[in-house]
Amino acid sequence: MAAIAKAWSWFRVNPWVLTATRPPVTLSLAFLTLGGFVAGVLFWGGFNTVLEHTNTEAFCTSCHEMKSNVFEELKGTIHYANRSGVRATCPDCHVPHRWTDKIARKMQASKEVWGHIFGSIDTRDKFLDLRRHLAEHEWARMKANDSLECRNCHSAQSMDVSKQNPRAAAAHEKDLFSGGKTCIDCHKGIAHKLPNMQGVPGWQ
Amino acid sequence: MRRLVLSAWAGAACLVAGALLAQEAPRLTGPEPFTKETPAPPMQRQVTDDVRRKRNYPDQPPLIPHAIEGYALDLNANKCLACHARKFTEQSQAPMISVTHYQDREGNTLGGVSPRRYSCLACHVPQTGAKPLVPNTFVDMDALVEREPRGR
Ligand code: HEC
Ligand code: HEC
Ligand code: HEC
Ligand code: HEC
Ligand code: HEC
Ligand code: HEC
Repeated sequence: MAAIAKAWSWFRVNPWVLTATRPPVTLSLAFLTLGGFVAGVLFWGGFNTVLEHTNTEAFCTSCHEMKSNVFEELKGTIHYANRSGVRATCPDCHVPHRWTDKIARKMQASKEVWGHIFGSIDTRDKFLDLRRHLAEHEWARMKANDSLECRNCHSAQSMDVSKQNPRAAAAHEKDLFSGGKTCIDCHKGIAHKLPNMQGVPGWQ
Repeated sequence: MRRLVLSAWAGAACLVAGALLAQEAPRLTGPEPFTKETPAPPMQRQVTDDVRRKRNYPDQPPLIPHAIEGYALDLNANKCLACHARKFTEQSQAPMISVTHYQDREGNTLGGVSPRRYSCLACHVPQTGAKPLVPNTFVDMDALVEREPRGR
């Protein structure tokens, strides 16, 4: 108790702290308000710039774990090359566009930096061993947010089932539009190879 | 002398006949000379209209009438079974794999899909719009057998 009191009084009389907490005598109110605003903008902008940078495929594939496994597999799929030339990049499917979700995903992503440093998937074998585990995280996340990322591009409202193949139209009418299932329930493995699917509902 | 002329004629006739016949057969080898590089012909479009095709004989593996692009089919995952296996056919409304897919080669019915039937694409293939290179003279069995009259 005494130690805390001592530290506090040292803190209080520290000249830096005194200056910082003394009311301003020479600055106008306008300057302070404006200055605060500008500082806020700078901080916010910088924050967003970092966020934007980490939101690119180039950033994701800067780690070999991401580049040599999942990125290589993505290349053969419709989300990499198709007749309309519209591409889905890693962050399109893995970082939700809505802001709060984005931050939540980024906090989670710090675990990946940890994994990178400690090499949790730094070889192909290690990656394959952990793949089911990682995939399950993604399925759970997409299930929980009702496949938000997919819906950022594919909206169920804009789907014209009469233009889809009968097989697709029947499935979507029965289980998607009724709200019974979400995209990821039926469309696993559209972007990467699948892990061992034994025991995953709907697979055998 | 006479024999020599005769065999010369016979040889010539063979060559001519060979040349005539050869012209009928389509060219199946690559460009001439074979070292020349030519652009690959465009990929044929698959027929994916979801209309089941008639089989040419009862135990023909039926053609796949739907898109299968990107479907997982390896040791880890078999996307085909996610619709065609017995337990999923109600949900998918796909035809069930027939009982032969559950039998080993001795004819014993197994508890699950037989390993020799796991790799669906070894037998079932999608069809493309490609025109056949050689005419097909296949005749459906129904055109050959005369059915016994039945009823009145
Ligand atoms: C610092 C290198 C690095 C970068 C950059 C990186 N990753 Fe990863 N990523 C990893 C590692 C390592 C793991 C495995 C983490 C573990 O062991 O749980 C991983 C796991 C994942 C997973 C599985 C998540 C889970 O919950 O298990 C996804 C999805 C993923 N990364 C997507 C991305 C995307 C999208 C980007 C770009 C925005 C990206 N990664 C950038 C190294 C990286
Ligand atoms: C960046 C936008 C984008 C995102 C995000 C996205 N897609 Fe797509 N998707 C596309 C485009 C573009 C195509 C190809 C359209 C075409 O040319 O036929 C496509 C095609 C597809 C197809 C059709 C495949 C085929 O063979 O015809 C499926 C199924 C699909 N996406 C499912 C998903 C699912 C599930 C997700 C979420 C995990 C998702 N998509 C996320 C843009 C996106
Ligand atoms: C009940 C299961 C189910 C759900 C839920 C579902 N799909 Fe599908 N979808 C299918 C089936 C089955 C097909 C046709 C077979 C295939 O392409 O694999 C299909 C085909 C598609 C196609 C290609 C259409 C075509 O004509 O070839 C797209 C694009 C697609 N789905 C996107 C989505 C998106 C986006 C969602 C979520 C908003 C979604 N699907 C939800 C079962 C489903
Ligand atoms: C069209 C959407 C889509 C795109 C684009 C995409 N992913 Fe994925 N990703 C998924 C889905 C869905 C899963 C869940 C597992 C599955 O179903 O294959 C997944 C799973 C993963 C996993 C977990 C391991 C695994 O294979 O299951 C990692 C890591 C990953 N993605 C990284 C990436 C990176 C890096 C990129 C960019 C090169 C990328 N993804 C692009 C949809 C996508
Ligand atoms: C999304 C569910 C689904 C998946 C996945 C699927 N099929 Fe089908 N399949 C169907 C349906 C439904 C039909 C009935 C015709 C139609 O609607 O296309 C069918 C028809 C067939 C037929 C024709 C049967 C007949 O009697 O004419 C064959 C053969 C077939 N599928 C093989 C396959 C193979 C091989 C795969 C994997 C590469 C596969 N299917 C994946 C749903 C599926
Ligand atoms: C060794 C060759 C072979 C393999 C491998 C094989 N099939 Fe078949 N399949 C057949 C033959 C032959 C028939 C038709 C006669 C019969 O029913 O046995 C058939 C019939 C079918 C039918 C129609 C059944 C009916 O009652 O109308 C479907 C659907 C089918 N196969 C799907 C599949 C799927 C899905 C796989 C992969 C899990 C598969 N087949 C693997 C040979 C094969």
